[in-house]
Amino acid sequence: MSNSASLWSDALYRLTRNKAAMVGGSILIILILCAIAAPWIAPYPYAYQDLDLGAAPPSAQHILGTDILGRDLFSRILYGARVSLLVGFVATGVALVIGVSWGIVAGFFGGTIDSVMMRIVDILYGLPFIIFVILLMVIFGSNLWLLFGAIGAVEWLTMSRIVRGQVIGLKNQEFVLAAKAMGVSNFSMFRRHLLPNILGPIAVYATLTIPQVMLLESFLSFLGLGIQPPMSSWGTLIKDGVESMEEYSWLLVYPGITFTVTLFALNFFGDGLRDALDPKTTDS
Amino acid sequence: MAIPVLLAVATMTFFLVKLAPGGPFDAEKAVSPQVLKNLNEAYNLNASQWEQYTDYMSGIVRGDFGPSFKYPGRSVTEMIGIGLPITFELAIYAILIALVIGVFSGVLAALKRNTLLDFIPMAIAMIGICVPTFLMGPLLVLIFGINLEWLPVAGWGQLAGDKILPSVTLGFAYAAYIARLSRGGMLEVLNQDFIRTARAKGLTETMVVIKHAMQGGLIPVVSFLGPAIAGLLAGSFVVETIFQIPGLGRFYVEAALNRDYTMILGTTIFFSAMIVFFNLLSDLAALWLNPRSRDIS
Repeated sequence: MSNSASLWSDALYRLTRNKAAMVGGSILIILILCAIAAPWIAPYPYAYQDLDLGAAPPSAQHILGTDILGRDLFSRILYGARVSLLVGFVATGVALVIGVSWGIVAGFFGGTIDSVMMRIVDILYGLPFIIFVILLMVIFGSNLWLLFGAIGAVEWLTMSRIVRGQVIGLKNQEFVLAAKAMGVSNFSMFRRHLLPNILGPIAVYATLTIPQVMLLESFLSFLGLGIQPPMSSWGTLIKDGVESMEEYSWLLVYPGITFTVTLFALNFFGDGLRDALDPKTTDS
Repeated sequence: MAIPVLLAVATMTFFLVKLAPGGPFDAEKAVSPQVLKNLNEAYNLNASQWEQYTDYMSGIVRGDFGPSFKYPGRSVTEMIGIGLPITFELAIYAILIALVIGVFSGVLAALKRNTLLDFIPMAIAMIGICVPTFLMGPLLVLIFGINLEWLPVAGWGQLAGDKILPSVTLGFAYAAYIARLSRGGMLEVLNQDFIRTARAKGLTETMVVIKHAMQGGLIPVVSFLGPAIAGLLAGSFVVETIFQIPGLGRFYVEAALNRDYTMILGTTIFFSAMIVFFNLLSDLAALWLNPRSRDIS
């Protein structure tokens, strides 16, 4: 490969060569498009009930069958995708903002500030955060915005460690010293000089955080502490499916497959992205 | 280190719960002011926030987590006493399953690198990581409990074999993580000089692996066990709910759904203490296993 290839085009080249990552990426794009287009492609509105029909196995009218209230499962999975993916992306965004700011500040200033900030991260690592998310949901009632915030507030720790490590590696390089000598303010130092150079690891870790966030959301919804009816996410669909799996196994199987495939796709894509952006893998 | 952290957790949880909207007794039918006053007195809610806090904290030190709001006449400590042994037993089985299957297949995969014995366990491990517990459990129930009718679908200690499915469900994801970690750790160690020396001494391959490679290669697994306890706890919420096991995990979820604030408060503090304790333990174990850090300290 030519030496002139930039990090990003080089990475893109390697990513497109990675079959698992490309399959994962394609599945994700299709899912996201389906989620956005749900109101137009769903055959039925998500709350539409056909009580006379009740729970029916997959058929021509309802390709994935219906639930006990006669609601079309395919439509509900499509609408559930909106909630599940939205939680995945927004909560990861929250984690990203907290983690990146925390890591940049700690890494750049170093010294006492760094050790205090990282000590806090160490302590928080040791705590049962899942229990705190549950506690917050119980105390303030479960609404979507709180869910974003609570999950985001849990998942930023690793991100801050990664960013801090990267910034420490960068901050004594000539371009940073030059910028400092020219009197660049701290904020534009972060934004213009440091952030663009650590986008790679951030992108990788963000992709790998999304499935964890989605797992956490569905875990809460499964226990009845997350998304509340009439809204549905994949977690609530699985919960409903479990309750009626003895007679109507399709209600568990299809949401389960959708959820698992999505998690696979995200993990494969994230792994591929890491391999593509990590220069160490060039050798092997 | 552990004690100030726990103190901070307990304090934070206490005041968070106090922030919860509404009093503990206004949910159901209205009670007369006199009854309310007596209730508040009985549960020590008329004292100032600070007094309630100090009372509660000194109670915890004595192992008294106060009364449960939803189960009159039962204390939170009693509930923990009933639920903990069951959850503990479940967790032990799950960890044992995870360790045995995980270490065995991980070490084997590392030794037989790039053969089917490597690919197949690692593919299964990927499934174990991607399929969440709350899906794995019901699927196992559907297959082994309902379709094949081999194992009971719920309960704990009432029917023969009813402990198998919950333990496997909880342990499976950890088996997957441990398999990946031990494979990675072993691969790193197997290329090092002291392994070559051991082989050059003429030791059998089994001896090399068991006595020399595994000791270093499994350090990542040991350090993983501490944080795994936190995950195991969350897993027990799900598994105990699915299999209707009367353990601490299900009490916690029920308390959360019923808004039994004192129960939530007590169990949260209790869980935190356990997790901090196990993290400490696994750090110490990993330190002790690693000869390099042993020499320094």
